[in-house]
Amino acid sequence: MAAVTPLLLLLLLSSAPSFSSGSRNAYNINGRVKIPQGLGLGTKGYALPGRMSNVKVLLNGGQNITFLRPDGYFSFHNIPAGTHLIEVSAIGYFFSPVRVDVSARNPGKVQAALTENRKGLSELVLEPLREEQYYEIREPFSIMSLLKSPMGLMVGFMLAVAFLMPKLVENMDPEEMRRAQEEMRSQGVPSLSSLLPGGAMN
Amino acid sequence: MAIRSFFLFILFFSSSLSPVFSLYEDQVGLMDWHQQYIGKVKQAVFSSQRAGRKRVVVSTEENVIASLDLRHGEIFWRHLLGADDVIDGIDIGLGKYVITLSSGGSILRSWNLPDGQMVWESSLQGPKHSKSFLLVPTNLKFDKDNVLVVFSNGRLHAISCIDGEVLWKKDFEAESFEVQQVILPPGSDLIHVVGFAALSQFEMYQINAKNGELLKHESAFFSSGFSGQVSLVSTETVVALDSTGSILLTISFQDGKISSQQTPISNLVEDSLGPAVIIPSSVSGIFAIKTDAVTIFIRVIGKGNLEVVEKTTHEIAVSDALSISEDQQAFALIQHASSEIHLTVKLAHDWDGNLLKESVKMDRQRGLVHKVFINNYIRTDRSYGFRVLIVMEDHSLLLLQQGEIVWSREDGLASIIDVTTSELPVERDGVSVAKVEHNLFEWLKGHMLKLKGTLMLASPEDMAAIQSMRLKSSEKSKMTRDHNGFRKLLIVLTRAGKLFALHTGDGRIVWSYLLRSLHKSEACQSPIGLNLYQWQVPHHHAMDENPSVLVVSRCGPSSDTSGVLSFVDTYTGKELSSLSLDHAVVQVIPLPYTDSTEQRLHLLIDADKHAHLYPKTSGALSIFKREFSNIYWYSVEDQNGIIKGHALKCKCTGEVADEFCFDTRDLWSVVFPSESEKTIATVTRKLNEVVHTQAKVVADQDVMYKYISRNLLFVATVAPKGSGEIGSVTPEESWLVAYLIDTVTGRILHRVTHHGSQGPVHAVFSENWVVYHYFNLRAHRYEMSVIEIYDQSRADNKDVWKLVLGKHNLTSPISLFSRPEVITKSQSYFFTHSLKAIAVTSTAKGITSKQLLLGTIGDQVLSLDKRFLDPRRTVNPTQLEKEEGIIPLTESLPIIPQSYVTHALRVEGLRGIITVPAKLESTTLVFAHGVDLFFTQLAPSRTYDSLTEDFSYALLLITIVALVAAIFVTWRLSERKELQEKWR
Repeated sequence: MAAVTPLLLLLLLSSAPSFSSGSRNAYNINGRVKIPQGLGLGTKGYALPGRMSNVKVLLNGGQNITFLRPDGYFSFHNIPAGTHLIEVSAIGYFFSPVRVDVSARNPGKVQAALTENRKGLSELVLEPLREEQYYEIREPFSIMSLLKSPMGLMVGFMLAVAFLMPKLVENMDPEEMRRAQEEMRSQGVPSLSSLLPGGAMN
Repeated sequence: MAIRSFFLFILFFSSSLSPVFSLYEDQVGLMDWHQQYIGKVKQAVFSSQRAGRKRVVVSTEENVIASLDLRHGEIFWRHLLGADDVIDGIDIGLGKYVITLSSGGSILRSWNLPDGQMVWESSLQGPKHSKSFLLVPTNLKFDKDNVLVVFSNGRLHAISCIDGEVLWKKDFEAESFEVQQVILPPGSDLIHVVGFAALSQFEMYQINAKNGELLKHESAFFSSGFSGQVSLVSTETVVALDSTGSILLTISFQDGKISSQQTPISNLVEDSLGPAVIIPSSVSGIFAIKTDAVTIFIRVIGKGNLEVVEKTTHEIAVSDALSISEDQQAFALIQHASSEIHLTVKLAHDWDGNLLKESVKMDRQRGLVHKVFINNYIRTDRSYGFRVLIVMEDHSLLLLQQGEIVWSREDGLASIIDVTTSELPVERDGVSVAKVEHNLFEWLKGHMLKLKGTLMLASPEDMAAIQSMRLKSSEKSKMTRDHNGFRKLLIVLTRAGKLFALHTGDGRIVWSYLLRSLHKSEACQSPIGLNLYQWQVPHHHAMDENPSVLVVSRCGPSSDTSGVLSFVDTYTGKELSSLSLDHAVVQVIPLPYTDSTEQRLHLLIDADKHAHLYPKTSGALSIFKREFSNIYWYSVEDQNGIIKGHALKCKCTGEVADEFCFDTRDLWSVVFPSESEKTIATVTRKLNEVVHTQAKVVADQDVMYKYISRNLLFVATVAPKGSGEIGSVTPEESWLVAYLIDTVTGRILHRVTHHGSQGPVHAVFSENWVVYHYFNLRAHRYEMSVIEIYDQSRADNKDVWKLVLGKHNLTSPISLFSRPEVITKSQSYFFTHSLKAIAVTSTAKGITSKQLLLGTIGDQVLSLDKRFLDPRRTVNPTQLEKEEGIIPLTESLPIIPQSYVTHALRVEGLRGIITVPAKLESTTLVFAHGVDLFFTQLAPSRTYDSLTEDFSYALLLITIVALVAAIFVTWRLSERKELQEKWR
């Protein structure tokens, strides 16, 4: 990396008029796409979806398309002066489009700014704003999630009724209990056993 | 009705903000499929690497460069260049770099052969436009650097193969000089550049390859002039045709001296043939000329003596030369016989002897052989074996070896023109419904695996097994109609004039048919397919009939050439009939009527503005006459900036009585001022879109009525200056105007100007709203706007309870002459990406909420809930509005990675997105096509009407078992308790 730096300073933001003799006001835009390696390691073991060779750099909505060199540099040739838009397409990363002003008055000057957050760039180094995770992450198996599902709630409720209710009833005052039972009998509320076919036989 | 409205309410409230389309990684491929293509191959270079896997590098007409596995035809890597970056030449340098020359010879790139990483890129400029040539000499060195020789834009460059630096360059500025060939004989360091100047001057330049020094310049004058291309027959001889195409000129420039010989073609062949053209080939000593009917191979003997070696009337394709040893060159020749092709491999100097002669059975649906590429390999017995790569008329690519087709790729599918769908046949009695699980053990094992998967106990291998099991389930790829309407046929028309039927379940090709009517013929010189329409869609009670589609095509690129109609059965893939029309087809209007045999009525408008009715049956005519005064259409004249409305007038008043031809009249026209506005986009609603209800209930129990009309047209115009690319115009001199126009009355219902904005505009129209995407120059960002249009004439019917009970008044008078009382609401938002396509989901009944499908510049498809584009969004919505589901207003639209429909895939070269409703209301089928194809199912409001794929049946079973067990336990307990109580 250290060896690259001096070179980097030379290349960045240089937009020298190209050696074309035919068109006077055509410039080159040079820049670099940098994908920090550390970014991919935070989330669990996904392979980096976008390799460098599959990254595309697009000028003005696809008018020009170029690719990255192994060190991440790219260049557009013969671009007229004006305000342009550079977009980076890389699977797995979200890049902000970049507004690039190529000035005709003082050649060799390029101004760049991210359009998403209006941040100015002192040099045309494009870094992803964030990683894009295309898949939902399956939550690991847990008892809680099982219990929270409708089935789990049903079972839970049933168990509560079956085992906790008798406990509650037991804790009641025996006299009150008898009164309540008599009341129920008089109202003819069937008990659970009488509801079931076997229970009716008794 | 009332119940349905309630249903709608529930939908509104239940849908939450989280991304609706989201996928777990192990669900990839369950409902979606993705196919990768490359397009019609233009040039192929075989990698000669001895070690490693055999590859072939190809460039295609879709601007793809790809490295393919020679053994199976799979893609190792692939790059799609820009639309203007047309590939001129490819080659392999140093055995490990793929060199491509593109953009009219102005961009030279080098790619790493094993992984496709770009190594370097150089921009080559020159004084003027010219042909471009890329030469990769094997042993030309310059300071230990291998050198590439490129001629482009009137300049000769020598370029280092390692880093793309220009070593020297030499201009050919002579005004009229037109380069024809650049020759670099192997082993030599002299470059010969030959070409024509001033139509009748032959020029030869000899250049030192080491430093670009001009060594010699000779020219010779030919009074008869030249035509067409030249063919190189040796490193010092070229053959050209004179301007009449009847005399062959053999020009040799040995040792820098030009000498020539003229041979009339009639001397070689007795019967006169008419003007000929030279077919360029690189086989030394042999060239071919082609007239209308005959292809003639001619050998050059010595210094300009010509001899005919073969004359054939068959369609023929010749490969380039392949040097197999020091002084031997081989080439392949393919000839067509009825259902076979004959492949012969010959040595260049020995025409009569064949190195190889094979016949291969060839599917008729692939058409003729267009290109042949030859490669050799060494057999185990040290003799030479040959394999050839052939490109067919339908753009497919095949590898032939030892008389067999080793693999084939259907690359015609990379250039789809139009798509329609067809239902599959209904399951009949006697057809076995489902394959019975053949083995109980297998069945149990499968279910155990699935259970493990749901309980998250499965190991990675188990997960893979589950995945493959799910994919193999035959349910989704059956050839019959299903209850949910997920299984359909996608009928696609490709640029090669071939129809394919793809199964939506797994994307396989069910049938394919090369349209006979799209074959070149005398009447029809360069036929091109235009559109597909559903012609006959049998209704439920006419199950015996097969559905059919209508293919509309015309005989040439301009719109006034005559049209051709073909009718193709969608079950069998056979052409039922075809019609060569005696009129042009400018516009096709499918009418919403069918005749007694359920053929749909179509109105074809020709160049003279006559309307022709199809099918030409009396039944159709009587239906048409009944609806005569109800038929309106519009036309857009882009050049003049005029939109016109038309209606039918009367029968044609021509000399020939044709009762299916009608005169038309112009009803109205909207003329945009050409100095300030230029039309760039027009969009209407989809014809078959279903709208569930006109009423929209807003927060405070109010009802708004959507203005739903099939005759609404959205038009976007920009300032003429701003119609170019981004960056070519300042915000002050650019604007974009959006119109909503009623196409029956021509009335402009709404007009809005966006100052400082420009195109390209991508728009989609659905129900009562239109969403469009454009570029805002002031903010220098893309923007999306929504316009919703509401009917005010019924604004007093506001009581939601009346609506629910179906008692509101629907009968307000409608007249053409009264201005419709409409109000529009609109709002704009920033959006990050450029778009390539935009579509909206469509469902069977239109109840489900809508999602926009945005094809981004990165070739992904993003789904965006329509609620993000709701003009009623405010920064602080009230409690009521929040309950209704209104999202607080934000400056830009969110991009949620989980809502990419294409998840981690790219639909390379995306061109269009098509949505088709399934029978299940919640679900819509999405097909995105470009160079790649992608298909998936979407449920914009989740699958509220069926269980999802990941529904856990195991858990349901366990619950039931647990409940039953609990019932018995409690029963026992209660019994015991009762007994105890009785004893007490």
